Amino acid sequence: MRPFAYERPADVRSAVATLGAGTDAMYLGGGTNLVDLMRLGVAEPGTLVDVTRVTPAAIEETPDGGLLIGAGVRNGDLAAHPLVRRRYPVLAQAVLSGASGQIRNMATVGGNLLQRTRCSYFQDVTKPCNKRSPGSGCPARTGDHRNLAIFGHSESCVATHPSDMAVALAALGAVVHVEGPGGARTVPMPGLHRLPGEDPSRDTVLEPGDLITAVEVPALPLAARSRYRKARDRASFSFAVVSVAAVLELDGERRVRDCRIAFGAVAHVPWRAGSAEAALRGAPATVEEFARAADAEVRGARPLPLNAFKVPLAHNLLVRVLADLAETS
Amino acid sequence: MTTTEITYVGSPIDRVDGLEKVTGRARYASEHNPRDLTYAAPVQATIARGEVKGMDAGAALKVPGMIAVIWHGNAPRLAPSDAAELSVLQSPRVAYRGQYVAVAIAETLEAAREAAALLRVEYSEEAHDVELRADHPRLYRPDHVNPRLPADDVRGDPDAALASAPVVVDATYTTPAEHNNPMEPHATVAEWDGGGLTVHDSTQGPTALRGQLAPLFGMPPEQVRIISPHVGGGFGSKGLAHPHVVLAALAAKQVGRPVKLTVTRREMFAVTGYRTPTIQRVRLGAEEDGRLIAISHEACEQSSTIAEFAEQTTVATRMMYAAPHRRTTHRLVRLDVPTPSWMRAPGEAPGMFALESAMDELAVACGVDPVELRVRNEPATDPDTGLPFSSRNLVACLREGARRFGWDARDPRPGVRRRGGLLYGTGVASSTYPAYRSPSQASARAEPDGTFTVRIAAADLGTGARTVLTQIAADTLRAPAERVRVEIGDSALPQASIAGGSMGTASWGTAVVRACEALVRELERTGGVVPPGGAEASAATAEEVRGQEKYARHAFGAQFAEVAVDADTGETRVTRLLGVFAAGRIVNPKTARSQFVGGMTMGLSMALFEESVMDARFGDYLNNDLAQYHIAANADVRDIEAFWVEEDDPHLNPMGTKGIGEIGIVGTAAAVANAVHHATGIRVRDLPIRLDRLVR
Ligand SMILES: Cc1cc2nc3c(=O)[nH]c(=O)nc-3n(C[C@H](O)[C@H](O)[C@H](O)COP(=O)(O)OP(=O)(O)OC[C@H]3O[C@@H](n4cnc5c(N)ncnc54)[C@H](O)[C@@H]3O)c2cc1C
Ligand code: SF4
Repeated sequence: MRPFAYERPADVRSAVATLGAGTDAMYLGGGTNLVDLMRLGVAEPGTLVDVTRVTPAAIEETPDGGLLIGAGVRNGDLAAHPLVRRRYPVLAQAVLSGASGQIRNMATVGGNLLQRTRCSYFQDVTKPCNKRSPGSGCPARTGDHRNLAIFGHSESCVATHPSDMAVALAALGAVVHVEGPGGARTVPMPGLHRLPGEDPSRDTVLEPGDLITAVEVPALPLAARSRYRKARDRASFSFAVVSVAAVLELDGERRVRDCRIAFGAVAHVPWRAGSAEAALRGAPATVEEFARAADAEVRGARPLPLNAFKVPLAHNLLVRVLADLAETS
Repeated sequence: MTTTEITYVGSPIDRVDGLEKVTGRARYASEHNPRDLTYAAPVQATIARGEVKGMDAGAALKVPGMIAVIWHGNAPRLAPSDAAELSVLQSPRVAYRGQYVAVAIAETLEAAREAAALLRVEYSEEAHDVELRADHPRLYRPDHVNPRLPADDVRGDPDAALASAPVVVDATYTTPAEHNNPMEPHATVAEWDGGGLTVHDSTQGPTALRGQLAPLFGMPPEQVRIISPHVGGGFGSKGLAHPHVVLAALAAKQVGRPVKLTVTRREMFAVTGYRTPTIQRVRLGAEEDGRLIAISHEACEQSSTIAEFAEQTTVATRMMYAAPHRRTTHRLVRLDVPTPSWMRAPGEAPGMFALESAMDELAVACGVDPVELRVRNEPATDPDTGLPFSSRNLVACLREGARRFGWDARDPRPGVRRRGGLLYGTGVASSTYPAYRSPSQASARAEPDGTFTVRIAAADLGTGARTVLTQIAADTLRAPAERVRVEIGDSALPQASIAGGSMGTASWGTAVVRACEALVRELERTGGVVPPGGAEASAATAEEVRGQEKYARHAFGAQFAEVAVDADTGETRVTRLLGVFAAGRIVNPKTARSQFVGGMTMGLSMALFEESVMDARFGDYLNNDLAQYHIAANADVRDIEAFWVEEDDPHLNPMGTKGIGEIGIVGTAAAVANAVHHATGIRVRDLPIRLDRLVR
């Protein structure tokens, strides 16, 4: 591992200033992803700027009834928070389904959003990878991509974003608060993560030095009826093969009044299922309609040779989750 | 001499080293820190075949704390050896991606790693071939398969019998490469002192390791000492010497200081062995009632270009069931891959997945209950050797297991048990493992204060070996176990066979019993009084083991699985697993249950998760960490029970034991696959049974 300096700035402004000044400094959250990547030689920061003490570690109610979640909140605390559990079960379930108890206790909200792909070529510096080493090629496309993208991939990269939490946040329409060298701004979700296109080295729209300070989840009363379901290779401690976050509201005639749907582990971004949502609004809450909506979404999939199974999997998961939500409505 | 009425053998006594382990006082290999210690970080080849042309160590040597870079260009010469895998840094040839091509030695591990990362190795790369295929043109019949058994065996005329059999099953099964992932990493601390070499290592066999290491350095075995008091799991991967041990010793020689080398999880996927992938075609010919007429079991497997490791995949098929016509074969192809090695029940685990899946297919084809089918094909004597079985209680295990599991109420129709979104099914498979014994030596010593010390170069991998040997010694000495101290894990102790082949307790136990008996006789001569200088006796069992009566000795078992398959996602969970085993006398029910349950858990893991994914273009295993190489997590292991039937077999050894370390993993994967078929109607013949094989 390359030697590095460690800094613990006193506040957000000095954190941002440190990163702006240093050429190869990086923010450090819980370190559960970054430190691994440093050991592997994938990340080689000269300086680590520990932001766990400068980004808020509290969850506050916003005046309109939403929540402002500090970027320093640990994943475990987020999932356990009573208001999160009551108002946004999908978020609590998503976070709880990820990693292990120990990792969730270390991992921060900011770090979770910005964790890197689990593509194995990306993690091995002896192999080419456009994301790690732009222009070197994408061996996953013609190699092992069983758990990589079926939506929105490009010639240069077929990676997926591995976060469970981000899928729930994308379904809920969260807003990311960012403090950058040029001041504060907000970035909506979906919209934080970007498709790989020709430049897979960038996972998100953030600019160098941008610090995530908080994530705001809007008031969304219908989210009280929401669910996260993750299909995975073993019962715990494994990344999603496909996951779905869904919010469903029915009217008095058991028609879909409103819904929010996002898939995980199918794209370089948490995949907001706009086609499925459009097909569902106003439709009767029946399994047939749910299947039609799922069809509308997966029609756009472009699976690779080894991950075609993700298409029926995404379809079935969505139908199941919607049916379960409808049943309890 | 003290006498006591207690018999320890058969009692569930606590591990004698349990307290030491849970309080962290037990020291493992890499926790040994001699003075002047240095740290090694190996460099692994990034090509699968070719030659190292040059080494630019310029940047590496500038790292503060850096001591040396060793590669074939400057490495000390080892004695010429047939063990190409152990002749580290002796030639520029690269035989597989991940092979050691250099090592950086530094004052700290961090400096060594940084230097290793900065080394620039220049290669000339050659085209490589790493793909096992059933039609590979270079498949050949090895002279023999492990452990020195015939590669092929044909009885009767299997082809003709299959052609005329009323019912035929013909199917191909595959098992992937799998890697042992013991919790404790492979680690070596090597230290030279006055011409001798001392190695603290995590090994399954101090005597064997010494025997492999000494000749490489041109020394008699006595000049090498292997110390390995505690081993945190091995499963076979610490049974044979692997290159890192030689590399550490060689580096320590070069820098003139002790060297510590701890193999990382990632490195392990190339250098410490793995289970070969297999492609197995099984053909069964039977009467309408399921009685077998012919069995054909043909396996293809791989080894590296530098070592012939020929796994005994179809050997268990030679003795499982009665059939007048039988063919079992092995074909090997030497590829540019890492060298495979032992992994818990090598041969039996993958081989019995195929045979026991095929038996289930036959049961379905004949409409015979799968338990009944196996009972119907029970042989009277060993179909392989013609010898009588010393004991064979497969039928008892099947019957007892069926009773405990509630098998009799089973509706054989597949795909009809749906509760919620889950499809339920049950399956059964047989287990077996040979009961081997190897020559060993032991000494026993009595002190005037009434304590005893038993010494043998055995190894405790966490199995409880130290505990059961204490029980065996205490019974033979008729002394309280608290007064008996068993010393193991050191090649300076009387030499012993390795902890492998499930023969530890049988082999070491025999030597311990004989040494303790000799000591008892010695003490009888002195009237039961221990002389002031103590009394000592020793024993060697080579003659006894070689001279044992001719019997077919095998342990048997039956495993029953219930699975729930998510109808939407194909996710399979094993909701129940129950095994009944017949493995001779059980020395310690507590540690034995752990062995059975541990083996079954690893079998569950093999069934559903484990697979080392090879990228043919690069030639290495891609998923080389525990986030990617899935082993069963706690949530996957729901309800596992292990039982055993009483077995009183006088033809085994003084304790009446058969091995129990490996049988638990044999058959589990087939029981699970058979249950998946019962649940869904889908026959999965390729492990692991991941959701992508079932989602529709
Ligand atoms: C074995 C294993 C299994 C896992 N399984 C899952 C799983 O099933 N599902 C899942 O979702 N996740 C899983 N994870 C990933 C885990 O959720 C992430 O590692 C974790 O959320 C990252 O958070 P952190 O605070 O530790 O981030 P760090 O590792 O500290 O940082 C990650 C990245 O974010 C940047 N960063 C951190 N904080 C900020 C900030 N405030 N502003 C800007 N940049 C910042 C860092 O510079 C770095 O690039 C798993 C991880 C492991 C090791
Ligand atoms: S998919 Fe993306 S991350 Fe993976 S190898 Fe290709 S470029 Fe790299």
